[in-house]
Amino acid sequence: MSLTLFVDITVGGLILGGLYALIAAGLSLQYGVARVLNVSHGEFIMLGALATYSLYTLFDINPLISLVITGPIIFAIAFLIHNTFFQRLRRASESIGEFEGTSLLASFGLLFIIQNIALLFWGPDIKGYTYFDKQVNLLGAIYGANRIIALLFAVGIGLGFYFFLVHSRFGKGIRAAAQDVNTAQLVGVNIHRMLGLCFALGALLAALAGSLISAMFELTPFMGLPYTIIAIIAVVLGGLGNILGSLIGGFILGIIGNLVTYLHPGLSLIAYYAIFLLLLLIKPTGIMGK
Amino acid sequence: MISARSLFFSRSARTFLPILILVLLATAPVYASLYTLISLSNVFMYIVLTVSWAVFSGPSRYISLASAAFFGIGIYVSAILGNVLPFPVVVFIGGLLSFLVALLVGLSSLRLRGMYFTIFTFGLSELIRHSVHWWEVNMTGTVGRWVVAVDQTIVYYAMLIIVMMTVLVAYTISRSRLGFALRGIGESEDAADHMGVSVNALKIITFAISTFFMGTAGAVMATRWTYIDPSIAFNPLFSFMPVLMAIFGGIAQIVGQIIGATALTVLADILLTKFPYYYMLSYGVILVAVILFLPGGLMALQAPMKNWYERSFVK
Repeated sequence: MSLTLFVDITVGGLILGGLYALIAAGLSLQYGVARVLNVSHGEFIMLGALATYSLYTLFDINPLISLVITGPIIFAIAFLIHNTFFQRLRRASESIGEFEGTSLLASFGLLFIIQNIALLFWGPDIKGYTYFDKQVNLLGAIYGANRIIALLFAVGIGLGFYFFLVHSRFGKGIRAAAQDVNTAQLVGVNIHRMLGLCFALGALLAALAGSLISAMFELTPFMGLPYTIIAIIAVVLGGLGNILGSLIGGFILGIIGNLVTYLHPGLSLIAYYAIFLLLLLIKPTGIMGK
Repeated sequence: MISARSLFFSRSARTFLPILILVLLATAPVYASLYTLISLSNVFMYIVLTVSWAVFSGPSRYISLASAAFFGIGIYVSAILGNVLPFPVVVFIGGLLSFLVALLVGLSSLRLRGMYFTIFTFGLSELIRHSVHWWEVNMTGTVGRWVVAVDQTIVYYAMLIIVMMTVLVAYTISRSRLGFALRGIGESEDAADHMGVSVNALKIITFAISTFFMGTAGAVMATRWTYIDPSIAFNPLFSFMPVLMAIFGGIAQIVGQIIGATALTVLADILLTKFPYYYMLSYGVILVAVILFLPGGLMALQAPMKNWYERSFVK
């Protein structure tokens, strides 16, 4: 393997992996702490991406600036969704297992709702725009500058999120709640606020990833579900409920996906599913699990 | 005097009403239009998917999202063998193959509990869909296939027979030791295990039996569509709809499942023709609303309705 090819596959894998890591960390927050296996996770990516597209094409707003516009709005929407829908479901459920089942189904409903509202709003056509697509040469491998920027931003957001999780007081509360909700409550974590904020934070990460994706790929209201599936796989790879593991899982999946795409373009999705099913059968606790 | 009460709530009505409906359905090709027959076959398809999904997932609380996989297997059997073998044999093979695949899947996956099982089944049916798509594109050269068409009346009767078989088997299982054991697993798998229920064997066999009917339904319905491809045959909606329909009607009773499947299929028909753009949107709203406000499904309304009726009309 020549150096150029190696760089090509690695950097391409890192770009995908960085985005997958953000998306997976978001889902991990929603499932690991709020206990909602949110199948509509990808719809928040789609909302972030299409909103960024509209802001750019209609108002000429720089996609990197729309990060700070779309992010908070989607954060607020998700917080509201959690505190109306899921909070209510959680109270009505007898056990956490029952809540996981019903919230999974409710999030399917949410998927249909968000996707079809977006469909009414943006229409079914494929959209896309070019932003900063100057070519960058990395040891012979050529990339659009927007992809490198997306990678840098994804790594930046991921690192920021990591330090927030490990060092801030709130981040420690989140990790405590991910380990054991009841004990976390006993040591003074405000669970009810925490759950809503974690769900919203998960959607925020999805929306940010969506904004970063928007300049790279084709955009449609149906683009969300594949990302949801990738996120679920990355989360299982890192261990359900292990937020830091899911960041790593995202990167691994991105690199594997890019490698398989290079070997045989049609097989990447099949490879994801095959890895996923094997993992579930052999080591359902994930690569970081005990 | 025949009051509404004796019509709907009395014991004799409970035996009489199903027979009446069955006779009406069995003679439908004589007086009903072709359009009605086609709509009814569609309703039957969803009844089979819903009731057979609920045979396993209802009492055991293992939510399977693999119905599309087994339904799709039946469809592909029909597409491949349709012009080689007689129709009833094709339908039976469709069911049998689903049954065998489900045995394999069950053997490998039913150790997984709760959420892991659900995402595994979803991943499995997506893996099958993408693999078949890849195979068709790279090996066969075309994505789609043609299915030999069968007379609509035959499709109608075949579906009616499958519905009756599914309901009969579902009813028998729910009343048998198997059904009680499954409910035990749903309540607490560890407790059931300790009481001597062979948990894994029962889960696998019920799961496989339930998929037999999905496969046969797929094999029959494929002849109606004449053209199929992986995204039609393994459409994830075939996995979600049965769940939605069972919950909408009332997952605990077979009658509820049938009512749920019928109501939502008819509703889908109306929405698709009148408001095509709001079709999936309204489905989402219904799903969320039912889960939030009517966890017992339509069947949960039965008791309050009966109460209301007795208070206001029966002196």
